[in-house]
Formats: sequence, structure tokens, C-alpha cells
Amino acid sequence: MALDNTPKRVFKVVGTRPPRPDGVDKVTGRALYGADVSAPGMLTAHILRSPHPHAAIVSIDTSAAEALEGVKAVVTAADFVRQDDGSLRDVLDNCMARDKVLYDGHALAAVAATTPDIAKAALKLIKVTYKALPHVTDVDAAMRADAPVVQEGRSLETVPDGMSQNVTSHCEFGHGDLAAGFAKADLVVERSFTTAATHQGYIEPHACLASMTADGKADLWCCTQGQYNVRTLCAAMLGMEASQLRVTASEIGGGFGGKTTVFIEPVALALSRKTGRPVKIVMSRDEVFKATGPTVSSSIDVKIGMTRDGRITAAEAHLRYSGGAFPCGTVDMGAQSAFASYDLSAVRTLGWNVLTNRPKEAAYRAPGAPQAIYAVESVVDELCQKLGLDPLDVRLMNAARKGTRSSYGPTFDDIGLIATLEAAKAHPHYVAPLATGQGRGLSAGFWFNFGGNTCVSLNVNTDGTVGITEGNPDIGGSRAAISQMAAEELGIPYDKIRTIIADTSSLGHNDVTDGSRVTFAVGLATIKAAQDAVAKMCSRAARIWGIDEEAVVWVDGAAMPAGPNAGKFPPMTLAEIAAVSFNTGGPIAGHFEFNADGAGVSFGVHLVDVEVDRETGATKVLRYTVFQDAGKAVHPSYVEGQMQGGAVQGIGWALNEEYIYGADGRLQNAGFLDYRVPVASDLPPIETVILEIPNPGHPYGVRGVGETPIVPPLAALSNAVSRAIGTRLNSLPMSPPRILKALSKG
Amino acid sequence: MVAVTIWGSLRRFTDGQGQVEVEASNFKELLDRLSQDYPGLKPQIERGVSLALDGRIYREAWFTEIGPQSEVVLMPYMAGG
Amino acid sequence: MKSIHVSTTVNGDAIEFICAPEDSLLDVLRNRMGLTGAKEGCGTGDCGACSVTLNGRLVCACLVLGAEAEGAAIGTIEGLADGDTLHPLQQSFIDHAALQCGICTPGILVAAKALLDRNPDPTDTEVRYWLAGNLCRCTGYDKIIHAVQDAAHKMRSA
Repeated sequence: MALDNTPKRVFKVVGTRPPRPDGVDKVTGRALYGADVSAPGMLTAHILRSPHPHAAIVSIDTSAAEALEGVKAVVTAADFVRQDDGSLRDVLDNCMARDKVLYDGHALAAVAATTPDIAKAALKLIKVTYKALPHVTDVDAAMRADAPVVQEGRSLETVPDGMSQNVTSHCEFGHGDLAAGFAKADLVVERSFTTAATHQGYIEPHACLASMTADGKADLWCCTQGQYNVRTLCAAMLGMEASQLRVTASEIGGGFGGKTTVFIEPVALALSRKTGRPVKIVMSRDEVFKATGPTVSSSIDVKIGMTRDGRITAAEAHLRYSGGAFPCGTVDMGAQSAFASYDLSAVRTLGWNVLTNRPKEAAYRAPGAPQAIYAVESVVDELCQKLGLDPLDVRLMNAARKGTRSSYGPTFDDIGLIATLEAAKAHPHYVAPLATGQGRGLSAGFWFNFGGNTCVSLNVNTDGTVGITEGNPDIGGSRAAISQMAAEELGIPYDKIRTIIADTSSLGHNDVTDGSRVTFAVGLATIKAAQDAVAKMCSRAARIWGIDEEAVVWVDGAAMPAGPNAGKFPPMTLAEIAAVSFNTGGPIAGHFEFNADGAGVSFGVHLVDVEVDRETGATKVLRYTVFQDAGKAVHPSYVEGQMQGGAVQGIGWALNEEYIYGADGRLQNAGFLDYRVPVASDLPPIETVILEIPNPGHPYGVRGVGETPIVPPLAALSNAVSRAIGTRLNSLPMSPPRILKALSKG
Repeated sequence: MVAVTIWGSLRRFTDGQGQVEVEASNFKELLDRLSQDYPGLKPQIERGVSLALDGRIYREAWFTEIGPQSEVVLMPYMAGG
Repeated sequence: MKSIHVSTTVNGDAIEFICAPEDSLLDVLRNRMGLTGAKEGCGTGDCGACSVTLNGRLVCACLVLGAEAEGAAIGTIEGLADGDTLHPLQQSFIDHAALQCGICTPGILVAAKALLDRNPDPTDTEVRYWLAGNLCRCTGYDKIIHAVQDAAHKMRSA
């Protein structure tokens, strides 16, 4: 039968707000997260961590620990397979230090024992001889020629000779004649910015339960954004084959990019192998802050030239990022995204990654973009202020659109930036009056979004219900969206479909839940799998009717004879075809596997009003509106949820959150008391406006939305606070002491 | 022949050219030819690159067809969170 | 030190357990009773994910000793629903999409119920300040406030 591949624009189920399938489990406490399972004979493990920010490990003597009653095994780096691949080696060395400890909290040994208390006591019996080395935690200090070297020989061929070995990579993007561009400007503003490292702050600490048996097979339960990636990494580190290791993703208590890699999972597997018993590891909050993956810290210079009527003539940014003690490519994405919202004839961004004695960076929503766009949008706002121009009008005048050569190279197709800017301009928030001491700020923001490797299997039960098996942990409500897209394509009610998430043995490879890819890529695969099942059901109906398969169409959840046979037989519903499936050839299923491309970029604009208390330096967020292009919002409540959640993370990042290192190189605020994330009483309602400019690369027009919302808040808040106090701030977070300092400078 | 845009920090391996021409009809052929014609690009290509073809980003698809009129932009391999 | 034998009531059921003196109520709930609804997000009383009630009072279970449960009535998320009927708060959270990853949800529901038990008609500000001890990283709190207010409204009309 002919399949209809024209993009769908009228929907019955997509765009509605049905209840999510995991809702009851989560509101009753029945849902099982990483730390919620146990196994018979289970041991508990704890990890020994470096108290030094940088030291050589001269020797480790684990004998006293091993001799303690109740201790069943101790592991160190020697218990893992050495990796040839550089990036695998870095992940492994981060999980368990080899010759050097590189940051305060770096793991170097682990103990499995019959009780948690015995494991903790055993840690104290491990004798480590360290040789402390000079350390460096500041990105600019680490770039200097005389800086302590964190790792030697890690600089790529892109780094010019003569730089500190801490500089591991260099990138440059852009086009056009900068000098000529700046010459045409009526005003050029040049500013430098710094941002502190922040943490994703998921409420659930990392937790896993590993169980390896004597035949070398293992089961691993863990909270993760990507069970297949966990399998790949752990199998390499333990010298296992993929089929020997079955990884099951628990429900996840937040990830935001921080649970896309491994920290404790290989350690639990190694201990399970050594002991022949299940081993559970749960990180403490202190360990999560010290030894998982915060963002880069950054130091950025931006220079932008503008004509007096608001046209940007040239733009340049230099980004220095540090992703901690291991090489990190995030600056590439920062450098590419910095000016993405603008249509520029002359633009250049330069990026450097620098090693510091800090934990290894992991992604946090749109990695690299928040920092770069914070700096760029702050300078654009300053230019608007100085030239007396409306900041939204200036964005509109310079906005990237279809046909714009982006600052990172490719030409844009249909994008939603202008629609979001116009929606912001038309919104009552933009013209609401402000009292004295209050300020309004805005920022545009952007993220690339990804596709990636995806498998979906769709099975039709004989009672007419449908089971969908997909492989991506649900971090934002994706199971509901996937069921909706299947319901739409099959033409059956949403509540006839149940979507579950497979373990690595039950379905082919799926890339990690990241890159805002799931609703897009898994959704696309679901639609294709549904079409596959539909084709098979039409074929069954054709055989039952004794007509040609080409003459059957699928309408509203049923097969119908078409063409010369139209009207000869009543339609056969999915349930009716399924009921006789065993007689007509066997169980019916559709499936689809691919490496998805064509994810559409997502633009957003945020508006915020603030009031600053000049006595305490505290900032109160009065009003916040998020505008974002979703392409097509499959489940509007979950799209709104992404917009609101990302915005609030950005508010925390802008106003309070930061990693604070002492001169001793140790993290001073490794807990929620002093790493202050937003609480309910800090915030107003977060209003959302969803725009829908369909993505040509998806049958329903879907764009990823999860990451973009963390990008605009940083500059939106900085611009609002700067306008409220009458002084430009150029460092994040804008915590009360920093605001008071800026106020006192006048 | 296909015109490929090379990003700024790689141009020192293409004699300063921002755009180079290679004979290729798909992504894999393009990468193989670039490595051959400009050996300085090889380490980056081995580490991983994405390809933007007429505005759409492809991360790994070897058999993505490239026409002579296509806009082809080399980009670093992207990751999200 | 010797283990302690504790007799207590959890969600209306009489329960006995043995624990170490330093075990927290959270340890005991999760590891001795298998009630994993209360979560450990921080272990130091900063996140509220372990919120339970002790003799009707909202507490962080990580800051209460297991031994303090002796003779007390403990209320956890597992006791919020009435058999197979969800509490209006639970239903409201599902209806309003007031949860994403759901890890903070048990603590927030227990805390919200404790609020409405005292103040059946709170303002948004009162709800926000009452829930200030329950961190949520996914939702930005917006839909949580809506859900609590909608449940409060339904409970007042019932």
C-alpha cells in the first residue's frame, strides 16, 4: 500500500495533554530509582577519595583494609583494563585514578563489605602515600606558561607551540572581514566576563547495583540517561563483550546531562567480579558535588560593533573554558553557538580548552552555550543601552532567519527566532510598567539539537492494545509523547498504548537521552515503526478480503479497501485484525532502526523583571516569561515543563550557584546548603509561550526543546540586574556580595 | 567536485583556504579524500566530525549523498546534555 | 553499642524493627522496612526529599534517629493514597504535570498534605514558603504550585 509521507499538520492526539504512564508510580512512591533496589547477599561499597587537589600516588597499601572482618574485596586502578582510546582512558582514569590524583575528591580505591559501616571503616585502613603537587583551579591562571601542569602531552595538533601544556585544544569559527566590519560601526563595546562552574544539581545522587556471576555475565542496575553508553563504557573497562553485560536503567531522579557517563558503575562491577556477590554503591551528596561532572568554568572576551540605528557590523569572541582535569571539547560548541542568533557578515569566535585541578566536566543541558551566549547577549544589551535602542528591535533587525549564513558555517533552513522575538514584543510583559529599582532584561538563546542512533519496536497484542519498546530513559515525559505519536499514526486511542524502556539486552542500541533528541528521534522511529505495522496489517486485511494489497488504505485506525474494491468490505479495525493475527501469519509487529539526522535547531527568548535590594544585594525575580520554538509541541505540558525547568536552572546559575574553591584547591561548598539552588519561595510563576515553526526534518514538525531554555536566563538576568542597579555586571553568579560590591563602586 | 567549508582553526592544514574542493559523492568519500589531500586534517577527522549538508547536521552517516551543488560545511562532532 | 528494638506505627500499621543507635529514620524506612518512597537527596536536611510526618509534624527523616520512632506515628508517601484511591493531591499532580523525574514528588506531596492539614486555603506565597524546604530541579515549581492549589480547592469543596 502507498504510505503517506507528507508532513502532518492536523492532529488528533498530538498536541493534547493525556496523563503520563509513570505518573501513578511516581506519586505513590512505588517507582524504583537507582538506590531503591537490593539483592540477596548484597555488599555495600564505598570509595576512597583524594583529599589533595593534585598529587602523585606514590603507593597504595590495601592489605589492612582487606584484612578487616566483613570486607570482601578492594579495587584500585589495577583492577581495570587499560584503554588505548584516549577518551575511554580519561573516563576510566576519572573513575579510578592511576598514577596521579587530579582534583579534590578524585577516586583512587573502593571497598566492598557486608555493611556500609564496615566499608567506611575499611577506607580509613587503606594507606596511601601521596606526593602533593602544585595545583591550579582558575582557567586564566592555568593558561599561563608558568602554571602547574595538570596532565602532560594532552595538547592536540590545533594548539600553537609555546603554550602551557594545560591548553589542550583550540578552535576558530566565523567568516567575513572583521576589521572592515568594526570600521563601519558607530559604537564598539569590548568586555570581559567570567562564569563559575555550576552543577546540574539533580536531586538523586548516582546509585547502582552490579551483579556479576562466575560465568562472566553481569547485570547492572543504575540511574542513567543512557544504558547503552553505560554498557559500552563498562564493557571496555572490564574487558567484557556487550552481550555479556545487561544494563537496566532505573527511573532517573534528574540528569540534565550529568548522568550521560559513568562514575561508580565500573567500580561496582569490578567489586562484584572480585567478590562474586552483588555490590551496591550510592554516592553521597558531598561526593556528587566533588566527583561527578560540573560545567566548565569560563573566561570570555567579547567585542561587538553596531551602527547607531542598531545594525551589528562585526562581532568577535574569545572563549577560555576549563572542563577540569581532563581534555574537554565543550568550548567548540560554545564557540559555534555564541553568535548563532545573528545574521552577520563579519564574525569570529576563538576557543581554548584549559586543564585545571577540578572534576571532569559533564554536560549540563546545552553544554558550552550558556556561558558564550551570556557574554554576547550582555554586550548586545550594553550597546542597546548606550545607543538608546530597544533591545528587541535590535535583535529583530539582526536576527538569523532562513537563508542566513550562520556564525558556525551552515545556512539556516526554517527557524523560529523571528517568531519568538515577535511574540515577545507583542506580549504584555514587554510593556508592563516598572517601578524604581526594578529592571527588565532579555536574551535570545539557541541550541543545535541532535538525532542519533535509535531503535523502536512496536507490538500489536491480540486484544487490540499496543506495546512499544524503546531504549531511552524518560527524563521529561517522553513515554507519553511517544505513545501519543504512535496513537496518532495508528489511529487508536492513547490509552490503548503502553510504552516501556528496554534494558540493553532487549533492544538494539540507542544513543543517550541527551541533545534534546528523544521526542524528535525516538518519535520519528516510532512513527516509522507504526507505519511498518500498519503496512503489515493492511496486508493481512487484503488477504482476508482476497484483494490486492496495493488497494488497501489505513484510515482512523482501520484498514479499508480502496481503489476498485472501495466499499466492497466494511473496514477492519486494528483490534479486529489483531484478534485473528495468529491465523493470518502470526503476531504483528513493526520496527525501525536508524541514525537520525535532520534535528531542527531551537531558538528561545526570555524576558525577566527583577528588583534588587540595595541594602542586601539580593535580587528578587518578579516576572519571567519564556518564548520558545518547539516545532510541534506533542504534549504541551511537558514542553512547558522543559521551558520552566530550564529557565529556573538558569536563574540559579545567574544569581547564586557556583563552585567555590579555596586557595588550597579544595571545594568549599559541596552541599545544598552552600550551593544554593532556587527554592519555591525564590520564584514567581514562569509563564510560557510555545511557538510552532515546523521542523522540515520530522513528519510532525517536532524540534527538540529540552536544552535551549537554560541558555537565555543568564544574560536576561544580568541585563535586568544591570539595568536595575545602573551598573553593568560581568561575572556570574550575581550573588548578593558581588552586587553590593558593584553598587559600592558606583 | 564538491566545495567544503573548513572551520577557522583547521585552515592552517589546508594552506589557509576556508573552502576546498574534493571529488566525493557521499560523506565517507568526502572524509577519505580530505584526509588524503590534506593530511593535517586527519587527526581531527579521526577524532570525529559532523557534516552540515544544506543546513542539516549529519553526525556519522557515511552514505549521505552529496551533490555538486550542495552546501557542505565541516563541523566538530557535537554532543549534548 | 547495642542494637535498639523499636515498636512504632507507620501509615497506620504496627511495625517492629531493630536498628543501630546511629541509624536515621530514613535508613530504617528504606533499608529495614523496604519503604523506599522517601528518598535520600542529601542526608543533611537540605533537600526535603525524605520528608515524612512524625506524630503529624513534617520532618526530614534523615535528621530523625530511627530510635525516635519508638511509640510514634510515622506518615510516609506510601500512606497517602486510600487503598486504590489516590489522594486529591496525588491526582492533581498527575493532572497538572507537576512532576517530571518525580524524585522530589514523594517529599513534596507529604509536605503539601501537611500544609493543607493546617491551612486548607493558603495563598500562593504561603504554599511557596511552606515548600521552600523541598528542592525540585526539574519543574521550576510553577506546576507544583498550581497542582497544590487545585487540590486544595477540590478538598475544600468536597
